[in-house]
Amino acid sequence: MATPVMDKAEAEAARPADSPYITATFRIRRFNPEAAAESYWEDFRVEIDPKERVLDALHKIKWDLDGTLTFRRSCAHGICGSDAMRINGRNRLACKTLIKDIAPEKPITVEPIKGLTVQKDLIVDMEPFFQAYRDVMPFLVTHGNEPTRERLQSAEDRERFDDTTKCILCAACTSSCPVFWNDGQYFGPAAIVNAHRFIFDSRDEAGEQRLEILNDKDGVWRCRTTFNCTDACPRGIEVTKAIQEVKRALITRRF
Amino acid sequence: MQIHTYDTVIVGAGGAGMRAAIEATKRSRTAVLTKLYPTRSHTGAAQGGMAAALANVEEDNWEWHTFDTVKGGDYLVDQDAAEILAKEAIDAVLDLEKMGLPFNRTPQGRIDQRRFGGHSRNHGEAPVRRSCYAADRTGHMILQTLYQNCVKEGVEFFNEFYVLDQLVTEDPETGLKRSAGVVAYDLATGEVHVFQAKAVVYASGGNGKFFKVTSNAHTLTGDGQASVFRRGLPLEDMEFFQFHPTGIWRMGILLTEGARGEGGILRNKDGERFMEKYAPVMKDLASRDVVSRAIYTEIREGRGCGPEGDHVYLDLTHLPPEQLDAKLPDITEFARTYLGIEPYTDPIPIQPTAHYAMGGIPTNVRGEVLADNTTVVPGLYAAGEVACVSVHGANRLGTNSLLDINVFGRRAGVAAAEYAATADHVELPADPAAFVLGEVERLRDSAGKERVAELRRELQETMDKNVMVFRTEQTLKEAVEKLAELRTRYRNVGIQDKGRRFNTDLLEAIELGNMLDLAEVMAISALARKESRGGHYREDYPNRDDVNFMRHTMAYREVGDDGSETVRLDYKPVVQTRYQPMERKY
Ligand SMILES: Cc1cc2nc3c(=O)[nH]c(=O)nc-3n(C[C@H](O)[C@H](O)[C@H](O)COP(=O)(O)OP(=O)(O)OC[C@H]3O[C@@H](n4cnc5c(N)ncnc54)[C@H](O)[C@@H]3O)c2cc1C
Ligand code: SF4
Ligand code: FES
Repeated sequence: MATPVMDKAEAEAARPADSPYITATFRIRRFNPEAAAESYWEDFRVEIDPKERVLDALHKIKWDLDGTLTFRRSCAHGICGSDAMRINGRNRLACKTLIKDIAPEKPITVEPIKGLTVQKDLIVDMEPFFQAYRDVMPFLVTHGNEPTRERLQSAEDRERFDDTTKCILCAACTSSCPVFWNDGQYFGPAAIVNAHRFIFDSRDEAGEQRLEILNDKDGVWRCRTTFNCTDACPRGIEVTKAIQEVKRALITRRF
Repeated sequence: MQIHTYDTVIVGAGGAGMRAAIEATKRSRTAVLTKLYPTRSHTGAAQGGMAAALANVEEDNWEWHTFDTVKGGDYLVDQDAAEILAKEAIDAVLDLEKMGLPFNRTPQGRIDQRRFGGHSRNHGEAPVRRSCYAADRTGHMILQTLYQNCVKEGVEFFNEFYVLDQLVTEDPETGLKRSAGVVAYDLATGEVHVFQAKAVVYASGGNGKFFKVTSNAHTLTGDGQASVFRRGLPLEDMEFFQFHPTGIWRMGILLTEGARGEGGILRNKDGERFMEKYAPVMKDLASRDVVSRAIYTEIREGRGCGPEGDHVYLDLTHLPPEQLDAKLPDITEFARTYLGIEPYTDPIPIQPTAHYAMGGIPTNVRGEVLADNTTVVPGLYAAGEVACVSVHGANRLGTNSLLDINVFGRRAGVAAAEYAATADHVELPADPAAFVLGEVERLRDSAGKERVAELRRELQETMDKNVMVFRTEQTLKEAVEKLAELRTRYRNVGIQDKGRRFNTDLLEAIELGNMLDLAEVMAISALARKESRGGHYREDYPNRDDVNFMRHTMAYREVGDDGSETVRLDYKPVVQTRYQPMERKY
């Protein structure tokens, strides 16, 4: 379907010479089961400053061209984890991806993340993802009397699990994992990252239990170390390394 | 339409909502309704820290903290509430640590603390280290920790449920208002759900999205404030909004005050550390309203940076890269990602950004919502940025909001559940979903030609231009007029998505309606306050006027016999205990 905008040549001719704007084409995977059973690609052309975010372009489309385009977003600067999507074939946050960095001369493809059921356009069902998270006991467990003041923790012990505390549960890692695509029962990297965050916290006393959960047939051993997750993580977490550390802890029972 | 029955319903799953939920779930049958997945809430954006006089790194006490809070709020703070905030801060931080929050640590293994604007030792002598933090993602860690504990406690969430209406019944004899529940819209299916509840807690966050340059999320549209206001309940001190000094130029993304706490310096185009002129003692760490005005004064007087002279610099280049990596990793990455700037070597262009609503739904210190200056609405509670206790008065100190959501979130959760344990359900009004169904149908079926995005753009532009850091009679009148026009045009708004599933087009239209209502309350309240105090600065009345304006604004919606709507203003006394108002110097 064509969109009601000037064509590319027209738009470029109309633009002043010093304008930072370019014309970019967004090729978006559309799906609305209320209207049609099949998904399809739709192209939108937008006039945009390439220093803007992909999220800005999606907003331009939604606000000025087609109000039915549907996606999740909130913070717009990479901290809430709402807008993980597949942009030019790679999982990224739309709000943390600048248009200039993804070859805007060619059509930019935008699709929902894979492995979770698409509900409408770029929105997928997040429930299985959060269920896997909840299944690894993602909370501090301690026994005995609580101290009156804070529990002490050395700066080194705190540093031990710093990387995995950064997770914003965006699902970019889990939905880039080929094992997860093939079998949604696999806990997936994000759940393991969040188990790691507690297993390696010196204050926690449920490491053994969490390791047993991850020793399951759908647990860490399914990981084939493809590094897709590490590449996908918008928080720069070394996801594969965290998974390896959990595997090692399972073997040595030291953590 | 489905009807659910709970003891306690909490609206919102940010820091305040989840802190309330942890308490309420232990004591009553509780549901949390949230338009976002809990971990998407904007509490996760908070960077700098949470204040508490733990005295882990230097001498400190809660009385100093109370004083700073009162002074920071330009004496419009209710001092009984500020004292509770500062006293309970210590347990609030320790509770979070016990729930698992990974605070940064001192060499002794205690919770580390750093400096933050407006927090001082001994009533303003010098900056004090009071902010407890986890790198520059303290809010993220609070949100995650609270969600983790909600999972542990088995809190029941209804995710992506938008609360669109508050059900209020009125006793025909006494006129006493009571809360009967809420009406919500399920984003996934488009179905309307009525939640009957003995107690309702609003924890739905701020309303900063009606400004263009803002640190607030797209979803911070003031839905909670608008829902209760529409039902005849007041809003307090809506003219007080905080403009944070250091937003990324043009984008508004926040760069925490912690950057200045770590030693960052603001400079104008001549490289001058201009804050020395405006606040000789606290300098770059003076309170936010003072720093934001100083920045705009520099810009107006021609000392702004860049070809258009429309920003200043936040300079971190003298700080060791290791310190930036350890203490400010996220904000340095924002500069790299969004500006392509390396903060090790280059200063970061910044401008003030709309940040925090000091005003909101008036409550007492138990979180009970007020129907007027003194009467509580039985069964209705509010906490967090949506509420006005008032601990922030005319200007909130940095790190006091993460504190507020924990202290008053907890209090509201306990109070609501205790109330629910003794109270009966209030009978639902006839046809409880009528208002919501009417709005949803009207918007979905409207053939109106006005576009949501266009009206929102005009709203944001008029707010930035007229109701921001500097205000005058003229700019505020212009805003009031423009808002009236936008509200009229809003009645003729049409949307494109006519479906039921995930209709975010429809919800953006509803959110816009809420923002227009609240923006009008803000502009009208600001017009009437002919003085300057904290975040509210009137160029035509540059001084604080304690004789006429040492009082809270209370705004009510009035509907005339002909259906016309107006905003009526009333005032409420400020609670003063220990501290007499003094001139505020930093
Ligand atoms: C960038 C940034 C940095 C900050 N840094 C600090 C800091 O360092 N220290 C500090 O003390 N303060 C800081 N603040 C302020 C502080 O973070 C916020 O005031 C506070 O987190 C608000 O928490 P809340 O729980 O009230 O609301 P939020 O966290 O915003 O949560 C609101 C909740 O309400 C829900 N909701 C909203 N509307 C509806 C509806 N209609 N129906 C159902 N649910 C709804 C949302 O889904 C969400 O769960 C910062 C703020 C920002 C923006
Ligand atoms: S590990 Fe990274 S990619 Fe995976 S959910 Fe967390 S933040 Fe997202
Ligand atoms: S919108 Fe929050 S992470 Fe992108």
